Amino acid sequence: MNPSPMDPRPSAKKDRIDSLAETSGRGGTATAVKDVHVGAAGKVKDTGGVSLIASAWARLRRNPVFLLGLAITVVFVLLALFAPLLAPNDPTKRMPELLEDLSRSTNPVPGPEAGFPLGSDDFGRDLLSRLIVGARQTLIVGVFATLFGLAGGIILGTLAGAFGGWVDSLVMRIVDVMLSVPSLLLAVSIAALAPRPSQWTVIIAIAVVQVPIFARLLRGSMLAQRASDHVLAARALGVKQSSIVFRHMLPNSLGPVIVQSTLVLATSIIDAAALSFLGLGNPDDRQPEWGQMLGASQQWIRDYPHLAFYPAACIIVVALGFTLMGESLREALDPKSRR
Amino acid sequence: MSPTTTADPTPTDQTNVADRDKARRWREGGSEPLLRVRDLRVTFQRQGQEPFEAVQGVSFDVHPGQTVGLVGESGCGKSVTSLAIMGLLPQRGNKVTGTVDYEGTNLLDLSDQQMRDKRGKDIAMVFQDPLSSLNPVVPIGLQVTEVLERHRGMSRKAATPVARELLDRVGIPDPDRRLKDYPHQLSGGMRQRALIAIALACQPRLLIADEPTTALDVTIQAQILALLKELVEESGTALVMITHDLGVVAGLCDEVNVLYGGRIVERGDRHDLFAQPRHPYTHGLLASIPRLDAPRGQRLTPIPGSVSDNLPWTSACAFAPRCSQPIEVCTQKMPELEEHHQRALRCFNPVEATR
Repeated sequence: MNPSPMDPRPSAKKDRIDSLAETSGRGGTATAVKDVHVGAAGKVKDTGGVSLIASAWARLRRNPVFLLGLAITVVFVLLALFAPLLAPNDPTKRMPELLEDLSRSTNPVPGPEAGFPLGSDDFGRDLLSRLIVGARQTLIVGVFATLFGLAGGIILGTLAGAFGGWVDSLVMRIVDVMLSVPSLLLAVSIAALAPRPSQWTVIIAIAVVQVPIFARLLRGSMLAQRASDHVLAARALGVKQSSIVFRHMLPNSLGPVIVQSTLVLATSIIDAAALSFLGLGNPDDRQPEWGQMLGASQQWIRDYPHLAFYPAACIIVVALGFTLMGESLREALDPKSRR
Repeated sequence: MSPTTTADPTPTDQTNVADRDKARRWREGGSEPLLRVRDLRVTFQRQGQEPFEAVQGVSFDVHPGQTVGLVGESGCGKSVTSLAIMGLLPQRGNKVTGTVDYEGTNLLDLSDQQMRDKRGKDIAMVFQDPLSSLNPVVPIGLQVTEVLERHRGMSRKAATPVARELLDRVGIPDPDRRLKDYPHQLSGGMRQRALIAIALACQPRLLIADEPTTALDVTIQAQILALLKELVEESGTALVMITHDLGVVAGLCDEVNVLYGGRIVERGDRHDLFAQPRHPYTHGLLASIPRLDAPRGQRLTPIPGSVSDNLPWTSACAFAPRCSQPIEVCTQKMPELEEHHQRALRCFNPVEATR
């Protein structure tokens, strides 16, 4: 407050303005806050900051839908991790007990018997063991395809969202072209390009299909961030372009992408199964995989539908687990749906 | 009126900074204006549409340590003016002409990179909404140190105590804990304090505050204004205060520019302007403020019409359709901004001086 200059002309109005200025200037001063002595009783427990992720987790922990999804996922991940220990028999070995019952003409697929609760497949191998070990391949394919797709999508989406202009147009046209081909057809074409189908061709084919989805999603939220107040504020502070992109825009844009990735995890498992079913997966059936088992079961589907039923059920349940998790994650991260 | 002000040492100055004591102090110190905005024009143009001139030749000066207010209603071009000065308007779809002279360099001529080095270091800005102006996923502390790292070349480690100090200075209690907090954990007032701390981190010589109290409730507004005033006076920072709130202007500004439809219609030192508004628009704004000593049940006296009634400035006075005392010439040609008695006024038929 400047020392009120005395004007030779007296003016009531002016005094009023000054007093107005005085009160608005000194109303509740900032210094008063500093002077307040906070005793030991007023000491707030130091909890540190609560980030968006932390508060989302606090909400998720009490969400039954999320917990169900998490439980399903954890069960299958554990199953995959400890498959060799859990499987009662060697999934690749033709068991002599089952071979005894197997005869090409009368009983091609022996049913359940002691030691083999789900019976045999058409080669006399233990179906249960194959299902358990199959969780490994299926999850590996799903997780890696999603990770690669996510990585590609983040790179493309960040490029488009951060630079805008012609970079944005170029990237988005490429993405549009990829999106214009039906996803399974695209995956089939890419998988068919490989000289020898293997687990990795499946992963790459599915990852490529996921890239445009992630890229488009990320680019959209990056653009929204670019126009946001806090990015403008950061620019007004002269923050470097790279920090603006990587510290201010990208972390704020990742929410929808993370949610999408849990949903994509489910679809990429299904897609992997579809590719295996179409014979584009790993042809080596010594490494069992659910989609491949499903594919192999088609010749028996009329008389022995359980061969298809078990791997299909596994795929559905795992996909459901990931989807439930993704949905509740989306709810938790979306500030508008907070209760 | 002090006699020394008549001997104006800066005759090139077409503006007349008229705050008595302060103005004299600035002039006796021979201070050049820190920021000299001349004929600033901002035109938004889109293909297939008429270009729209949001700011039509605004000129004003800001001296070191001075607080200048830009007042006007929504759409009068005050925010666009501030963004143009900062070089923060979108790169496409607009044209900025005129000069924004900051200590001898025209900011409009600087490259992006040079401008980026200036922003935050020499000129800083505080925005309207403190919640959306802070990055929600980064702790407050990091947002303060980021600026220090960028402009003062400090390491994160060295910047942290400085950030703590800054938060303490803007009156945030328990700054150590607040450094780790995220924006959503702070109250509105504390967020605005944090933003001010960030803006003042590198001791800029000019601070532009774009309606810094609009999103806050009245008691917090008073605190924030007091804080701004205190900090600005302590550090000698010049302040450009953009607001639609005449109370803020009365409490804070040395000189007030009233904008209407992209042009300055009246300028004066705050005492003069409030005591004797000459432009019918300023007069109407002051008359429309509800008063505690008015009789109960008395109606407010608004300015009739809205900005959409404006006439184009090029051929008339934009305010004429809403004016309380238009005369014939008002709709026939444009009034010029004329200087007299330390005041500037753009009107053919000004409100009579009460004395």
